[in-house]
Amino acid sequence: MVETQYRFRSDEPVGDPAVTVDSFGEQTNASAVRIEPGDDARDLLPFLSRIKLVEVNFPGFGDGRGYSAARILREAGYDGELRAVGDVLVDQLSNMRRCGFDSFAPEREINAADAEAALARYAEVYQPTTDGRLPIWAKRHAGK
Amino acid sequence: MKIVTGNDLKSGAVTWWDGSIWSLHVADAADVGEHGEAIIATEQAARRVVSAYVIDGELSPDGIRPAHIKDRIRALGPTVRLDLSLKPADADAGMWVI
Amino acid sequence: MYQYDTYDQALVDARVADFRDQTRRRLDGSMSEEQFRPLRLMNGLYLQLHAYMLRVAVPYGTLSSAQMRMLGDIADKYDRGYGHFTTRQNIQYNWIKLDEAPDILADLATVEMHAIQTSGNCIRNTTSDQYAGAAADELVDPRPYAELIRQWSTFHPEFNFLPRKFKIAVIAADTDRAAMRLHDIGVQIVRNAAGELGCAFYVGGGMGRTPMIAPLINGFVPLDQFITYFEACLRVYNRYGRRDNKYKARIKILVHEIGKEAYTSQVEAEFAHLLTQNIEPPIAELERIKAHFADPAFEVGVPDQVDRSDPDFALWVDNNCVTHKQAGYIAATISLKPIGGIPGDASSDQIRLMADLAKEYAFDELRVTHAQNIVLPHVKKADLYALWQKLDAAGLGTANLDQIGDIIACPGLDYCSLANARSIPVAQKISERFAAKAEEIGELKLKISGCINACGHHHAGHIGILGVDRKGVENYQLLLGGSEGADTSLGTITGPGFDEDGVVDAIEKATEVYLAHKQGEERFLDTYRRVGMAPFKEAIYAPKTTQNGEPAHG
Repeated sequence: MVETQYRFRSDEPVGDPAVTVDSFGEQTNASAVRIEPGDDARDLLPFLSRIKLVEVNFPGFGDGRGYSAARILREAGYDGELRAVGDVLVDQLSNMRRCGFDSFAPEREINAADAEAALARYAEVYQPTTDGRLPIWAKRHAGK
Repeated sequence: MKIVTGNDLKSGAVTWWDGSIWSLHVADAADVGEHGEAIIATEQAARRVVSAYVIDGELSPDGIRPAHIKDRIRALGPTVRLDLSLKPADADAGMWVI
Repeated sequence: MYQYDTYDQALVDARVADFRDQTRRRLDGSMSEEQFRPLRLMNGLYLQLHAYMLRVAVPYGTLSSAQMRMLGDIADKYDRGYGHFTTRQNIQYNWIKLDEAPDILADLATVEMHAIQTSGNCIRNTTSDQYAGAAADELVDPRPYAELIRQWSTFHPEFNFLPRKFKIAVIAADTDRAAMRLHDIGVQIVRNAAGELGCAFYVGGGMGRTPMIAPLINGFVPLDQFITYFEACLRVYNRYGRRDNKYKARIKILVHEIGKEAYTSQVEAEFAHLLTQNIEPPIAELERIKAHFADPAFEVGVPDQVDRSDPDFALWVDNNCVTHKQAGYIAATISLKPIGGIPGDASSDQIRLMADLAKEYAFDELRVTHAQNIVLPHVKKADLYALWQKLDAAGLGTANLDQIGDIIACPGLDYCSLANARSIPVAQKISERFAAKAEEIGELKLKISGCINACGHHHAGHIGILGVDRKGVENYQLLLGGSEGADTSLGTITGPGFDEDGVVDAIEKATEVYLAHKQGEERFLDTYRRVGMAPFKEAIYAPKTTQNGEPAHG
């Protein structure tokens, strides 16, 4: 099992093994699930209350379906751990954070200084997501 | 013959493996035989070249001629801007690629 | 035109720092080419045949003089003294060095420009009507909507790794000058029965190896919901677009395979969900952007006539200028298609001259057209002759807009690593062969691509040429009957391909058939549509005959 390199949460990490989306509904004692690129994140919506950890796998960094999966879960109110695993590279960290990921278990360790720089680089964003950052348009029209 | 070509990582310039270093001129290209992939692996890892690949070439009266038109254009430069090619003084240089 | 505020500027500046850091990590070996490639592409940096190529974004084709001047200066400082204007209203430089690319971006950022998302599997530069804000027939200026789309699509965190690239065009006139329905999403700003403005969404068009005309999926999305609608369209595509085959990964294939109805119902469901997420910018933001596109200070009561006593000038006015919404003004197209020239190329001196002329005569504005020309959108008719004289002296006064010499051509195998055949030499030969007959032939949109990716829009040419590789030899297929306007259609291949001279001969025969069958004011396309392919095919493939009527040998 790959180590979680970054975790932006203060609760205790979940140690449960992640099961597939297909089997999660039937395994009523499972609390961790793993989403593969072809899975429909919405299949998990009936079970959100018992999910503590969602791993979203990126077998290759160029497959962007996991970003939509993450946002769909956050938009539905999921507030447990959302972990990006697999081919997670430093230049993807910032967008993953914006889509709701709050922990990262990259296959290959990311240089810490590079990661810090990447996460801090973009102070402003044009789009609202569920990460709570105000989009530029909201700042432009604040208080008007 | 088998020759190896690629682009210089920093400048992007088309280069040819001459047996020990990368040259801008296809005429310098060495026949690498079966060693092309090994040369590419070493040289790309050392970041001296990028997008390198092995091609067929033949020794013709006017030097080494890559088998495919694409690599002949790479060797010369754009046929529509011969002033920017490697043979700016030769008005008929474009004929070589055909 | 739009001007950045501190927020917009901060993002572009951050991107410069970001790319500088990415370049450093590539050069110092902490990143492989495989990892770097999508990152540099997302910033418009390709590795082409002879060097790196940088594509700079020109949002919806609009440039100020200062921006245009910078484009000329970059051509001298970092390239070889010229640039190439593209069918996506952008500009490309062909001889870029990787370690200098961050410096170019820094220079561009000083004039509110960038190369963000000019390649890669993300949302590309949004294009629009080159006469936006000037056209007499437009409902509204489409550019504020395009600018709002630009901001929404810039660094959208969810859509950086789509199945494939994604191109958007926005128009606001019934006459489509932006090939809107040949885009992944084409939007037309429309007015509904209640008099309100909204967006008609056409989704799933494109060229490439499987050309398709986008179907209408929603005829009216209100202006206070259209960004949300875009997001829904993109999310459905990101989740369900094919990723198993890059040639089937564009949204047009998804829409085609699952059907327009199924795609639309998925979008509508996602849209209904996203409306609950409050992601739509307020109308006040659109209004803020609109204020940037207010009309320039047109003079009223200025002469509405042009002195046509110089026949060369009169020809240029007739061919290259279009009616302006404001009396006394005209929109003038500067042809980047001199006879025998390279379509879309301009030297640094020409670029700077166009910048100066825009400042002097066109309220500081220029446009890049998808046909690879430059427009000065607001020229006072009284100034037109002086402007033309300066253009003509610089080789920029060619009077051939939409004629056979006004060829769209991709860079082809002279520059592009994806190409199968050269495009530019064919364009040059056609331009020269028909220079004397162009006026008689009239409107004939000719488009050349050097491979099936169709950057040269060959499917949409009245005459299209597709370069292919036939056993290592360049070969050219001919297509007839394509169009990109409101009457969008896809061209049909005539038959077997030709060599470079052969395709020029074939076009000559096609123009002869047209002139022989032409009725009244018909254009080439009209005649083709009326008489069909048969007479053209017959003439093009007729066996060669000698002077005494015997079949020729060989």
